[in-house]
This record gives sequence, structure tokens and C-alpha cells, in this order.
Amino acid sequence: MKSNLKRALFAILASTALVTAASAETVRWARVSDALTLDPHSQNQGITHTFAHHIYETLVDRDIDGALTPRLATEWMIKEGDPNTWVFKLREGVTFHDGSAFTAEDVVFSLDRARSEKSNMRQLHVDVAEVVAVDDYTVEVTMKGPSPLYPNNLTNTFIMDKTWSETNDVVEVQDYAAGADNYAVRNANGTGPYILRSREVDVRSELTVNENHWAETKPAVTEIIYLPISDALTRVAALLSGNVDIVQDVPVQDIERLAATPGIKVETGPENRVIYLGYKFGDEPLQSSDVTDRNPFNDPRVREAMELAIDRDAIKAVVMRGQAIPTGVATPPFVDGWTEELDAYPAVDLDRARALLAEAGFPDGFTVTLDTPNNRYVNDEAISQAVVGMLGRIGIRVTLASRPIAQHSPIILNNQTDFYLLGWGVPTFDSAYIFNDLAHTKSGSLGAYNVGLYTNPELDVKIQSLGTEVDLEKRAATIAEIWEVVKADRVLLPLHNQVLAYAMKDRITLPVHPENQPRMTSVTFAD
Amino acid sequence: MLALIIRRLAQSVLVMLFVALIAFVMFRYVGDPIASMVGVETRIAEQEIMRDRLGLNDPVFMQFLRFIGNAVQGQFGISYRLQQPVSELIMSRLPATIELAFASATIALIGGVALGVFTALRQGSFATGAIMAASLVGVSLPTFLIGIALIYIFAVELGWLPSFGRGQVVELGWWRTGLLTESGLRSIILPAITLSLFQLTLIMRLVRAEMLEVMRTEYIRFARARGLSDKAINFGHALRNTLVPVITITGLQLGSVIAFAIVTETVFQWPGVGSLFITSVQVVDVPVMAAYLMFIAFVFVVINLIVDILYFAVDPRLRVDGGAAGK
Amino acid sequence: MTNDPMTTRQIEPVIPPRPPGLLRQALDSDMFYSWRNSPVTIVATFTAAALILVALLAPWIAPYNPFNPATLNLMDGFTPPMSEGAFSDNWFLMGADHQGRDVFSTIMYGSRVSLFVGAMATLFAMTLGVGLGLASGYNGGTIDAVIMRIADIQLSFPAILIALLIFGVARGLIPPSQQESMAIWVLIFAIGLSNWAQFARTVRGATMVERQKDYVAAARIMGVHPALILLRHILPNVLGPVLVIGTIGLALAIIEEATLSFLGVGVPPTQPSLGTLIRIGQQYLFSGEWWILFFPAVTLVLLALSVNLLGDWLRDALNPKLR
Repeated sequence: MKSNLKRALFAILASTALVTAASAETVRWARVSDALTLDPHSQNQGITHTFAHHIYETLVDRDIDGALTPRLATEWMIKEGDPNTWVFKLREGVTFHDGSAFTAEDVVFSLDRARSEKSNMRQLHVDVAEVVAVDDYTVEVTMKGPSPLYPNNLTNTFIMDKTWSETNDVVEVQDYAAGADNYAVRNANGTGPYILRSREVDVRSELTVNENHWAETKPAVTEIIYLPISDALTRVAALLSGNVDIVQDVPVQDIERLAATPGIKVETGPENRVIYLGYKFGDEPLQSSDVTDRNPFNDPRVREAMELAIDRDAIKAVVMRGQAIPTGVATPPFVDGWTEELDAYPAVDLDRARALLAEAGFPDGFTVTLDTPNNRYVNDEAISQAVVGMLGRIGIRVTLASRPIAQHSPIILNNQTDFYLLGWGVPTFDSAYIFNDLAHTKSGSLGAYNVGLYTNPELDVKIQSLGTEVDLEKRAATIAEIWEVVKADRVLLPLHNQVLAYAMKDRITLPVHPENQPRMTSVTFAD
Repeated sequence: MLALIIRRLAQSVLVMLFVALIAFVMFRYVGDPIASMVGVETRIAEQEIMRDRLGLNDPVFMQFLRFIGNAVQGQFGISYRLQQPVSELIMSRLPATIELAFASATIALIGGVALGVFTALRQGSFATGAIMAASLVGVSLPTFLIGIALIYIFAVELGWLPSFGRGQVVELGWWRTGLLTESGLRSIILPAITLSLFQLTLIMRLVRAEMLEVMRTEYIRFARARGLSDKAINFGHALRNTLVPVITITGLQLGSVIAFAIVTETVFQWPGVGSLFITSVQVVDVPVMAAYLMFIAFVFVVINLIVDILYFAVDPRLRVDGGAAGK
Repeated sequence: MTNDPMTTRQIEPVIPPRPPGLLRQALDSDMFYSWRNSPVTIVATFTAAALILVALLAPWIAPYNPFNPATLNLMDGFTPPMSEGAFSDNWFLMGADHQGRDVFSTIMYGSRVSLFVGAMATLFAMTLGVGLGLASGYNGGTIDAVIMRIADIQLSFPAILIALLIFGVARGLIPPSQQESMAIWVLIFAIGLSNWAQFARTVRGATMVERQKDYVAAARIMGVHPALILLRHILPNVLGPVLVIGTIGLALAIIEEATLSFLGVGVPPTQPSLGTLIRIGQQYLFSGEWWILFFPAVTLVLLALSVNLLGDWLRDALNPKLR
């Protein structure tokens, strides 16, 4: 009773404060596509997470430099005397949008839900053995072994309300194969800074500021109108004609025009994402090649020749209009383990490349198909087209197979490609995340995106040791060793780190987020 | 009379069954429904259980019957992409498409009749030649180019009209309308014009041809001989006789306008069923594709049926002849 | 059987007057007369002929081969029209696109793809439609009813929708490694299959009329095989309307191909058609590189317009009643 009174009082105070402090500010925010679902554990996808971050919250957050910051957890530490257990202290006085209190019970429920069979977030929690609530505001997560970096995996695992989930029968992540419609797909009850007011999938979502949010500083944006616009031209036109305020996915070719338009400005910045080419390893002949008795990619000389033929600087200058950071290593500079030496890449040398190909037994080159997405990364199709031309100069005749990402990813996940383009973001800011998925032999939950089926048992041992190594110095040394092998073996052929551009009205400032997950809470207004 | 209607109904049902068969074949055999639903990590044994539970191991005939049974109840399963019931998705997108279709049909009808009458009456004038030539250019211009050009001129360069979407919508029960707000009305102008151009040329040519035909008839000559004014003849007699086929055609075309809207909706990000369909084709979201196909077929069948019955009611000659009514 | 040609010739060995040359015949014909009197048609004919010729001869007359990576320099990308590339000696009449390809040459090669798809699809639709139309009109009865009902359904669906559906189905059925090489054939199949009904309807009508005529009845009584009757007697009589529908159908098919490619379900970007070029070019509409969109778009419109005008003229010329 008393708490209700307090809350009502607070609400009144808050609303009057709002009226006096700042007038309502609406931001119309256009993006390439909509969140796939509101169920926070159903899809592990950047656009869906970005949207969810406004409604739901995570235990820990990451600031714009990549450092972990408190969110629903105020502190976290390894339990004294038990290296396998992480202890999280929770924030007190937090409420969900429906008014119920946030407690340790909700955290246990959410982590268990996130690591359940049908959850798409499972991958990040495979090492968890048990989650228990010690008291109302303390949670202990026991791991299967020492996991010094586990909190890094929590930045996209959202906390749901246990009671709400039970009431609405969404304890389990949606099993839509069974034809089950799930309440959580279209409704949300989080603790986040904004409350979902209305939503029309693929068309428009409206969010209003959560007056009861725990944070001391209130966001300047009080109302968000989220507008998915898939066509790039229409999206840019919407900003030029003043129909939206922020366009998140700006094509590189339009940056100049937008920046030169009065009343519009463009923010650019590097994304924590590397764009690379991958190829099939192993002796088996390729599916799409005219070489039918062996696999040309399996010869290190062919891989070297390809690297020498690809002109990363030209791709940057023309295809990306300067908006890219060419690199020789498959990790962005944000990630622990990146060094300048690794980042260096060789100068283009076509003669040497041709000689290497001839040495490998392909004086006339060979044919192969390059699978590329055409709506996922900045200018992905154009990059691939440029690669086709560059490889053509040394006799590798490439057919381009260009598809929307929805069709590209099954081909990638089922290893149905000989040669492909992909991008890799590193949400944990740690090299182990890259190794686990891209370099470890494909087995079980490891090597899920080792599309080329590269295998190196010695390397696997080292990669696995990273997960449990508590001595951080030793760990760093192992990471350096692994990178050396990965680079020398040319497991992947990195092209560049992606640069992002957000365009917005002059009076608005939204800094580029390195994971491309901007928050409207970080928007500031000039006047 | 009743026999004819029953026969027409039976034919319509046959057409629907035929389309349902295509939709079912698509639904069942394009890609593996299970593979589209589960992640790559699901084990084979579990997939088998799901297969059983979904009835995918039953005889094909049984599956088809069940598909029709569900379709009659408006159930087409759950979208692979959005994980929501397909029928709900289509219903929520439908008002946008219908409003766009009606707006563009109105423009096409008014513009087409006006230009058609003008070109028929001013035969051989320069303006007529120009309009006729422009109409061919209109037919030769792909819809998407018209849309892009309109956006560029009116939204970006001049800044007069919104470039995308429906603007502010108002909910009337389940129907979300954009026709009651200023931003909604402004938003519909460019896409409606884009969509109407093709139908407009069609109607214009039809009106012109019909008008020329009617003007040659005895009845008009007789009217002239009676000393009626040109205005009375042109509009009171000639045009009135022209309008019946024109309105029929416009009605019949309404269905194809709804389907033609696919391209326009994509260019203008108009949140209708057409843009839902194109996204679904791109990601092979088969339940939505199948449902859209059934939906369009249903619209056509209903429109055709209504037109047939109306014809029958209007033209007594058909009552003797039987089922010769048609398009 | 008095008009048996063998006997006639034996009895009366006449030397026929020297027939006028084929050219003379053509120049004297009504068709040519109507052609010569329509300046628009003359312009359209020459435009269409020029565009088709350029497309056919592209590999020999295009200044560059935009698909030969050896001649490409990515650094030439976005060179404006009528200027020289900054990193090569290449001179670009219509500028260079985002890959450093000569837009003029890509248009030549692109029209080739567009025309190939359009022509093959129309040919496919024509063969299918004429075949079914003949069968339907000649046999009547159940076959006729079934074929015409299917044609009705098909006609009530817009071609673009049918093509999209076929394309979607094909995407699901063809394994990923084959999809690119099959794309162009899927496109032809899809466009062809969405346009056969007009042919079938027209041919059916004409066949029904011809079938009633005495000479067909006579041939039937003589026991001539139906296939032969259709081929020899009926087909030539329905060719006129088929030609008209075919010409207009070609324009439609070209536009349809462009629309599908624009929607991203057409030919791959490394073998672009005009539609693909437009889809790529429209990305540069706001950034000032207008030539990447403008020239392919104009070419497409010119091509479709000139073919449409020819079809329009052909319809009037073959059908004097309309004049």
C-alpha cells in the first residue's frame, strides 16, 4: 500500500518534472528492417537486439568504448574460493513496465530460459551449469569450469519478468513449428527505458519513455517511432524529404550528398565487424569448379595468390568511397588480441600471384562460384563484384551468386558453399569468440561458422584452453599464438573493417555505436 | 437463372480448388517445411517427431484435404519469417492495399474517361496525337521507374509530398485507415498515381474506341438529326452508352490492381499485402506465399462472379442463351 | 479431282508471267504503304532495328568487354560521361559504373540479355499458347473447356505475380550451387508461362472459325491427319494475330524481365540485363552519378516503346477494319 502511494507520488512528480524540464521530443528512426520478434531469447540477431535494448535490459552493458558497465547488475565477481562461480549483485528498486518488482527470481528464470533448448541465445550460455538465487538481489551462476570472461556473453541476454511469463504462458521460447502463437512475440514487459505503445510488424512501432525507469538521467527522447524501410533509396529519400529524423543504415554513396544537404548531418565511425572471404578446405573437389580432381583452395599457394590479387585499397577507395578500414586480419581493432602487425596486409602483386598459381598447378586458373549476400553488409554485393574482377586478372574465373541474407545464411550454415563472403561482429570483444566459431574444427557447438571446414587439431587444443585459462597474461600469449597460425594458414581472407554511417537532422546527435546497436537514450539535442 | 448461378458457383469452386492445389504443392514441396522452421542444431530424431505431429507423414491426399480444411477456416499456418499466423498478417496489411487500389482505380477511371472522351471528340487534333503517344510511353515505362521518378521530383527535389509509407493512420475497429488524416492523404497521392497510370491508359483507350464506335451508330445520327446539341449528344447519349463496359472493365481490373500493387508498394514502402508478398518471396516464406495466392484467387473469383451475375441481371438476352456471359 | 496439280500441269504447260521480285512485291503491298505513311512507325522501326542490331553485335562492336576483368580497372569507377578514366587510358562515352565498367558497353551487353530473355520467353509463350490454342479450338469439348478455364485463371492473375511465384518455387527446388546458372532459364520459363494465355485464346478463336470452313472439312473427309491440317491449313491463317500479340508480348516480356530484375529476383549482377543495370544505377540517384541509372533506363524505355509502336502499327495494318 505504502509503496503504491510512493509510486503514484513519484509518477506525478516525474510527469510534472518532465513538463518543466524538457518538452516532449519525438524521434522518427528509420532502419533497413524490423525486429524479427519481441521475444528476447528467440533470435540472436543484431537488429532484433537493438530494438529489444529499448524495452528490455541486460545484467551488464557495454559502453561505446567496449568496456562492461553495470545495468541490472550493479557488480559482479568470481566467488571467493570457487573459481567456477560468478556472483551478480542486482540493482534494487527496479520495476517492470507492468509495475511488478525486479528480483533475483526473474534473473534465474531468464537465464534458464535463454539457455533452454529452443532459445537462440543458448550458444552464449553453454558453459553454464546452474543458476541460483541466493537472496532477492544476489544471483550465482555456476559454470562447468572456470569461465573468466562469462559476463562478456551477457550483453544481449535480456531479463524477463517471471510472473508475467507464467501468466501469459511464455515460459518456453516459442515453438512455432508446433503452430504455437506466442504472446511474447508481440507483447513485451521489460524494465527498459521505453515502453512499447503500439506495433505493426514491418511497418511501424511506437515507444514512449518509461517514467519509472531507475536511471537518474532521463533520456532526451521521450517518444520513438521506429520505421523499417527496406529500400535504400526510399530510406534516404525519407530523410531528405523530412519524413524521418534518423536513418541508421545509410549507403556509402549517399553520405556526401546527405552531409552537404542543409539541415542534415552524418555521423560515421568504425563498426566492430570485419568483412572477409572464406573458402573450402579439404581434399574433396569443389562443387562449382572446373577442377574436378582436387580442391585448389586447399593449396596454400592458391590462397596466397588470391590475397596478392585482391586490391583492398581499391575496394576502399571506389566501392566503399573511403568508408572502410582495410585489414589483413579477421578481427576488428576493438577486440583483445588485435595488433598492428597482424593488421598489416601485403601489397598487390599480380605477377607473383600468377606465378604462385602456376606453381600450384593452375597456370590457366580455374572456375568457382562466390556466394555473397546482397542486403546484409555495407555494399556487400559490390564488394563481391569487385573481387570477381580482381581474381579474374590472375585467371580465377568467378561466377557471382548473390542472394538476400535470408537465403545466404542457410547455405553458409550447411556448408553448401565453396567460396563466400561474410561479416563477423565480436560482441564479446575477445578473440576467443572468433576462434570458437570461425577457426575451431566444426564439432558440436564449436566451429558453427567454420564454413570452409578448416581443421587443425593442435589449434583446437589451444582454442579450448582459452575458455578456462584464468591467468590473463598466459591467455593473451596463447591468443597471439593462435592468431599467428590463423594468419599464416590464411584460414580466412579478410578484406576490411566496416565503417558505419548514421544520418540525422542537424539538431540531433546520435553517435555511431561500434556494434551498430545505437540507443535512443544516447541521443542529444542541440537546442 | 438459378441453374446458371449454380453452375457459375461450381466453376468458381473448381477454380479455387485448382489454385489450392498449386498452393498446397508449393507449401508442401518447396523446401522442407521442417528445415525452414527449426534451427540447424535440431536433431534428426526430434525432426521426425515434429514431422509426425504436423502430419507430414500422412498420405498426401489426406494432407491436401487438411490444407483445404484449414484454408476454408482462413488458417495458413505460421510465417517462417515473422512467426505470426499468416492470416492475421494478411488481414493487418489488407486495408493499406485496398485503400491504395481504390484510390488508384478512382484516378484511373476519372482520368481515363476524361482523356478518352477528349481524344474521341477531338480526333486528329495535335493534343489528341500527343495524348495517344504519351499513353504508349506510359505503357512502355516500367512502374518502378515511374515510382522512382515521382519520388525524386515530388518528395526529394520539391519536397511537396511524403516519399514513403502511409503517414498517420486511424483505427476503425480492425481497419487501419490512412484516409482520415492529412499526412495519410498526402502519402497516398504518389503511390496511387504510380499504380493508376497503366489502368488509366487502358481505360482511356477503351473509352476512346467505344466512343468512336457509338458515334458512328444510327442512334447518334438520329439524335443529331433531331437537332440535339453536341453537348447533349456527346455526354447524354454517347458517353452514357460507353460507360457500362468501362465500369465493368474497371471492376474486373480492381483485382489485378491489387496484385499489380506489388511493385508500387515495394518502391513506396507501402505497408500492404504486396510488399509482404515480395519480402516473403525473397526469403521463401512459403506459408505467406501460398496464402497470398489463395487470397488473390479468391478476390478474382468473387469479382468475376459478381460481374457475371450483374450481366445476367442487366441483359435479358443472356437469359435465353445461358452461360455465354463472360469477359 | 480435276484440280490435281500434276494433271493440270501436264495438260496445260503454261509459262507464267515472270512474277515480280520479292522486294517489289513487298514494296507494293498494303503493309508497306501503311508503313510508309506513318512517320512514327518508321522511326520506331529504325530505333528497334538499331537497338536489336547493337545488342546482337555487342561482342564485336562494343568498345570494351565489361565482363573481361583484364580490361577493367576498379579505380576507374564513377568516371563521368565523355571523359577518360583516371587510372587507365579507357575513354567512357556514357561514363563508368561503380565497378569501373563502361556504361555504354554494359548497356549493349545488357540489351542483349534483356532481348534474349524477352525473345525466348515470348517464343516459349507463343509455342505453348499456339499449340494449346490449336488443340483447344480444333478438338472443342472437354479439352477446350479445360484449357480455356486454365487460361481464364491465368489471365486473371497479373503476369508479374505468376512469374514471381514460379521464381519463388524454383528457388526452393533448385540446389544453391545450380541457382545462378539456372537463373536466366528460370526467368524465361517464368515470363513465358505467364504470357501464353493471350496466344491460346486468339488462336482458339481463329481455329474455330477456320475449322468450319469447307476446305478444312474436305481435308478431314480425305483423311488427312489432324496435325497436318492444323499445320498446313489453319496455322497460316492465324499467324497474323499471333504476330501482333507476339510483338506486343515482346515489349511486355522485356518490361517484365526488367521489373523482376529490379525486384532482385532476376539475372545475376555479373551478367546484368537492363533491369539489373537500373536496379544498380538507382542506388546512385542521390549521389550525383546520374549516368549509371539514366542511360540504361532510357535504353529500356526506347526499346519497349519502339517495339510497342511496331506492335500497334502491325495490329492496325493487319486489321483494316480498325482503320
